[in-house]
Amino acid sequence: MTEPNRKGDVWVIAEQNDGQLHDVSLELLSKGRQLADTLGVRLAAVLLGAKVQEHAQRLVQHGADTVLAGEDNRLGHYQTNPFAKVVAGLVQKHRPQIVIFGATPVGRDLAPRVASAVRAGLTADCTDLDIGEHVEPHTNQKYENLLYQIRPAFGGNIIATIVNPERWPQMATVREGVMRMPEADAKRRGQITRFTPDLAASDFALKILEHQSAVRKVNLKAARIIVAGGAGVGSKENFRLVWDLANALGAAAGASRAAVDSGWIDKDHQVGQTGTTVRPALYIAIGISGAVQHRAGMSEAQKIVAINADPKAPIFAVAHYGIVGDLNRVVPMMIDAIKKRV
Amino acid sequence: MPYNLVVLVKQVPDTKRITGEAMRDDGTVNRGALPAIFNPEDLHALELALQLRERYGGRVTAITMGPPQACQVLRDSLERGVDEVVLITDRRAAASDTLATSYILSCAVRKVAEKAAVDLVLCGRQAIDGDTAQVPPQTAEKLGWPQVTYVESVEEIAGGRLRAKRSTGSGWERVEAPMPCLLTVTDQGPEPRPASAKRIMAIKRARSRAELQGEVAAAMPGATPEAVAAEVEKRAAALAARGFLIPQWTLDDIRADLQWCGRDGSPTKVKRIQSVILKGTGFKKIEPTKEAVAGMVHELIEDHTIG
Repeated sequence: MTEPNRKGDVWVIAEQNDGQLHDVSLELLSKGRQLADTLGVRLAAVLLGAKVQEHAQRLVQHGADTVLAGEDNRLGHYQTNPFAKVVAGLVQKHRPQIVIFGATPVGRDLAPRVASAVRAGLTADCTDLDIGEHVEPHTNQKYENLLYQIRPAFGGNIIATIVNPERWPQMATVREGVMRMPEADAKRRGQITRFTPDLAASDFALKILEHQSAVRKVNLKAARIIVAGGAGVGSKENFRLVWDLANALGAAAGASRAAVDSGWIDKDHQVGQTGTTVRPALYIAIGISGAVQHRAGMSEAQKIVAINADPKAPIFAVAHYGIVGDLNRVVPMMIDAIKKRV
Repeated sequence: MPYNLVVLVKQVPDTKRITGEAMRDDGTVNRGALPAIFNPEDLHALELALQLRERYGGRVTAITMGPPQACQVLRDSLERGVDEVVLITDRRAAASDTLATSYILSCAVRKVAEKAAVDLVLCGRQAIDGDTAQVPPQTAEKLGWPQVTYVESVEEIAGGRLRAKRSTGSGWERVEAPMPCLLTVTDQGPEPRPASAKRIMAIKRARSRAELQGEVAAAMPGATPEAVAAEVEKRAAALAARGFLIPQWTLDDIRADLQWCGRDGSPTKVKRIQSVILKGTGFKKIEPTKEAVAGMVHELIEDHTIG
């Protein structure tokens, strides 16, 4: 696909797996809605699954003008080939100008396969999207209304803005938890087009023999306050301090990768690039030095308190309140102060 | 039955080791100060390939695309025991985005397959400089092969099918894929073996022509291009005689169509790069005293952050 279709819609590829609609699909709709309104085009969602009607309604209530809902019993559980074939086929047929996916394990498996099939550019893990103009330095040609695909790169040390001037659609995966979740509007009406994808048995040559999903024990994304511990906490026993402060605040417990790798806390609690991206009202980092991978997952918190013995720890650079000191003394002081006031 | 395995490897700047020393005073990262390393997850892919060869027999070829100095990851691969390595290096491949890179790599895999059909391509899940995880699925698509991403282990290969366990983020799957196929391996894959000390001694002298060119040009300042070329040829022939010349392919060698390579073949363009400046706004230093900590807690309650 080479020629830009400037009248094309904005598309969100919704993600459902085993009957569950992924939150990121709704987050994408909120950003997709802004983009579509800026461009003056429709926002469409693509949904594939074994049963699609109910989720298609939800997509409309969260901002989609139209839903392309492909139903096939074999599409209940995600697998690359059939999903990529159907999405690439739809993109070629309808020629949207923008296609966005969640940067989930599924989205990051599917999007590059689709992009390659339609020979379009793809930007991974965007943390923001916008519409703007661009002058290509090599040709001096000016382009209007391009999708700015904004993402951290180089381990989070730089922020790059990527554009696809000529080979459309403009495709991106968007990180979970960075776009706001829109409110559902039960009165919203949209057009739901159900269809049966054209899939042959050979499209399912890869067999999924067995699968298991662990239920996440903690929902960090929904937490208003997160108290997180890192390598500086020192031991599993000492991690009790993190839990105690979290309990005093009614907060969720989080952790850096170092703490998870040391076995002090379950991986579900990991914040950062390979864990969960969070944006709570308050993030308290205890003994976390603040490697870029960690900061990438928490720097959007509204208030950050950092407690660390090392005054040079990079976490202080993103903190609003910094306490250089022994966490074994400071954390109990905080718990004390909270209990006295609340 | 023996299998012909290809591992795609990449040399990357070590973005995970950014300490205070690599930070400039203005809060940005000094990228030039970072050492170049073997992309960590590629080492797990390489290890998995070596284990499959040990189990079933066959050959392992490591391919990298990059500037001449990227040969270091090929030497590392040889030290760990791969049978063959190839450097894809070509100025016209510069500025390739993930789509163009995957096209070039798919051409290289096809070139390897001219000698003997390739059964399996293994890659690390993603490289730590871009963290995109896009090149492997795009390469699989260009080859028309199935992909199995986030692989942690391969259980068995039998009857032209491969059984693997993969992570799904929230759990795991056991899948059976028809071969040929492409796998991406995570850091939960098999632990990379250390390089063999005996091999290190032998392989440290292995060079590609592109590296020899740089070394000879530096060693013969003021020499004519012809003299440099002659010396490069002499050294290359000596290395080749002992099996230490690292093969090097250009885009022409792999019959890549230039319209899909490099800047022209890349739909995505970098519009702007901003360095992340690590400076909090309104930073307040709190002394580790009871009074100061209580004061901070009070402020957080006052502005409704707590409660």
